[in-house]
Amino acid sequence: MENIINFTKRVFRGTQGTFLGLIVLTIFFSLASPYFFSARNFINILDQVTVLGIMALGMTAVIIIGGIDLSVGSILALSMMVTGWVWDAFGVPLHYACLIGIFIGSIAGLINGLLVSYLKLPAFIATLAMLSAARGLANIFTDGKQIYGFPEWLTNLSVVRHFGFIPVTMLVFIFLTILCWFLLKYRKEGRNLYAIGGNPEVARLSGINVKGTTVVVYTISGFLSGIAGILLTARLNTCVPQAGFTYELDVIAAVVIGGASLNGGVGGIAGTIVGVFIIGVLRNGLNLLGFSPFVQGVVIGAVIVFAVALDTFKKKER
Amino acid sequence: MSDHLGLEVKKVSKSYGTAKVLNEVSFEVRPGEVVALLGENGAGKSTISSIIAGSVNHDSGTMTWKGQDYNPSSPGNAIQKGIGLIHQETRLLKELSVAENVFVGRMITKNGIVDFNKMNSLASEQLKRLGLEISPKQLVKNLKMSAQQQIEIAKALTLNSELLILDEPTSSLGESETNFLFDKIRQLKKEGVSFIYISHRLEEIEQIADKIIVLRDGNLVSSYDNANIAINKIVHDMVGRDVDRIFPTIENESTTETLRVENLNSIDGSFENINFSVNKGEIFGIAGLVGAGRTELVRAICGADMITSGKIFVDNNEINISSPQDAIKNGIVMVPEDRKSLGLLLEQSNSQNISIANFDVFLKSGWVSPEKIKNFSKKGIELMGVKGSVDQNANELSGGNQQKLLISKWISRKPKVLIFDEPTRGIDVGARHSIYQVMKQLSESGISIIVVSSDLEEVVGLSHRMLILSRGVQKNILTNSDNISRVEIMKQATN
Repeated sequence: MENIINFTKRVFRGTQGTFLGLIVLTIFFSLASPYFFSARNFINILDQVTVLGIMALGMTAVIIIGGIDLSVGSILALSMMVTGWVWDAFGVPLHYACLIGIFIGSIAGLINGLLVSYLKLPAFIATLAMLSAARGLANIFTDGKQIYGFPEWLTNLSVVRHFGFIPVTMLVFIFLTILCWFLLKYRKEGRNLYAIGGNPEVARLSGINVKGTTVVVYTISGFLSGIAGILLTARLNTCVPQAGFTYELDVIAAVVIGGASLNGGVGGIAGTIVGVFIIGVLRNGLNLLGFSPFVQGVVIGAVIVFAVALDTFKKKER
Repeated sequence: MSDHLGLEVKKVSKSYGTAKVLNEVSFEVRPGEVVALLGENGAGKSTISSIIAGSVNHDSGTMTWKGQDYNPSSPGNAIQKGIGLIHQETRLLKELSVAENVFVGRMITKNGIVDFNKMNSLASEQLKRLGLEISPKQLVKNLKMSAQQQIEIAKALTLNSELLILDEPTSSLGESETNFLFDKIRQLKKEGVSFIYISHRLEEIEQIADKIIVLRDGNLVSSYDNANIAINKIVHDMVGRDVDRIFPTIENESTTETLRVENLNSIDGSFENINFSVNKGEIFGIAGLVGAGRTELVRAICGADMITSGKIFVDNNEINISSPQDAIKNGIVMVPEDRKSLGLLLEQSNSQNISIANFDVFLKSGWVSPEKIKNFSKKGIELMGVKGSVDQNANELSGGNQQKLLISKWISRKPKVLIFDEPTRGIDVGARHSIYQVMKQLSESGISIIVVSSDLEEVVGLSHRMLILSRGVQKNILTNSDNISRVEIMKQATN
């Protein structure tokens, strides 16, 4: 037991404030709604945050190096539509189609990275352009139409529960989370991201390949958005070019609530996951209490302000 | 009330929490006087100047200005009353014109529209008063550092300032620029403007100050009515003990060459055809004025900037340096000129700062564990005697300790050539001495050292041999002996 506590402490080091916030929210909704506190609902929440969470992993790395990726939602849609399109129009077997979709997502991320590090475009501008272009492309392939009627195995990824409770989509999310956590915390490449975000010139003079690393980070963000696109396809059993619209906002919100700083150099996977769950719990809990999505938007806005203000306040105290 | 026409500070105290940073400090500044305010980092110089300039409130004590009670509520209020503070790092808006900078926050308007003609003419009037031939329409980012500083002064003058606090005004200026600044100060003195002058460069105090006051740990320890005070005595007051500005004697008889550069040319013409070699354990100085290409030269050697042609050899093997990575791999590392923006990750821990450049040294596989980082950094910190822990953030260290942290980052990987660009800028006297001692130890352990400094005495005091640069051209390589005179070096450097 003690080991578990120590391990938990280590994983969530530096995220105590937000972690506490998550617990408070959980207690609040448990008291407010009889349906909230149940294993089934928690699985529900996990299911609902899978797509958001996977994109937030990549966004964490991007924000740590001092960048921003506004294009994740559009890249999600692009990967999704490419997958559906090559399957539907060319008869490519679906599992290959999925790989092609993820590949295209990675290419979009690669282009973001090249624009930022070699053309020296501000990340905001480069990914804003990609947000527009990828969304446009997503619509071009099928002229804005949906694709459906996929083989059953795709839907099963999100429906069939293994070990009695967990579908493949969630397993993918959990696996990627642990992988990213390890890479960021225990690989030298991960540590380098913090140096780049702290001060790119210091990092360069310390012998870090700043440009190369930047390209890789944006590519990973695109790659993860691609995977998120496939998982969303599995959940919806449909390819919709409007998918992932404004997801970038929730993703950035989750990462920022999780304690990352848009100035770079600060952040982590554990914090981000807490941020993702805060958003997930809020949406789920407010749903159960019968609040409309519009109200949810207002509440999430308030939570962002509250979390970041608290963080700034804590820093001043020191 | 008093009939004092200048500034009078009486028993001013200030505490932050339990730490008393100023303890009943009293002094006065008369019209047309330059008062040098001296002290080590942390002595309270910036606190007292911030109080006078209105950005910090004092706890107790009184101030009078021109016979009136003076209690500025904000920097704006202080400026209105004629007292301005000019910071060490200029705070100009680089993308705006000179005139806009001078009038920022109080743009002159005509019918609600900014009146550029009037601003330009008023700004140019003040620039002329300072003897500056700068167009008020020019963008600040295109000006030299020294000129930017003059703009700050011009700005203060258009505000009718009668007392200017100059915080380390010469830290980024060369000798001739410093003299230029001093001329301006003397001229303004005649017009009745008074100055509080803060500087680490004790050598220049004598030239410019009328009075000296020394702070130590928040106390006023001494005040002198003239500036002809022996530097040793001032240093003693500042540090509380005797510290000589004595450079350690560093023996080196090695004739084994470590580094050689041949016909090095910069990409932007800042230096041309540089040839020199540095032996094992030798300290090699690079002297020259600001703008002579010193920093550019060493940056090129350590891969920070590109070269167009030339060869670099380490241990007689030609190496190809196209990035800092290449230089580091070949054992050439640099402690840069500007610790804060080029050397340290200020908001990150000391262990992160030390380990970041050295993962290849202490990791076999690229997997990091917090323990490994901690142990490796701890060794580095102990090696250099950095006063601080591995978990502390770098910005919590004093300037001298930050410099040591940077040095320990690099010597942790046992480099062959260690380049110091301005190793003691902004570092107080006590800490300077220990930096010199470190260089001595490094040299004795066989590391070749290149020192670049605007402080000529420092270059002469430390180096075995030195390269004189003048406007990017290599003038001479002098072997150090007692009969090299500063004057001679200056002559060559200004040639």
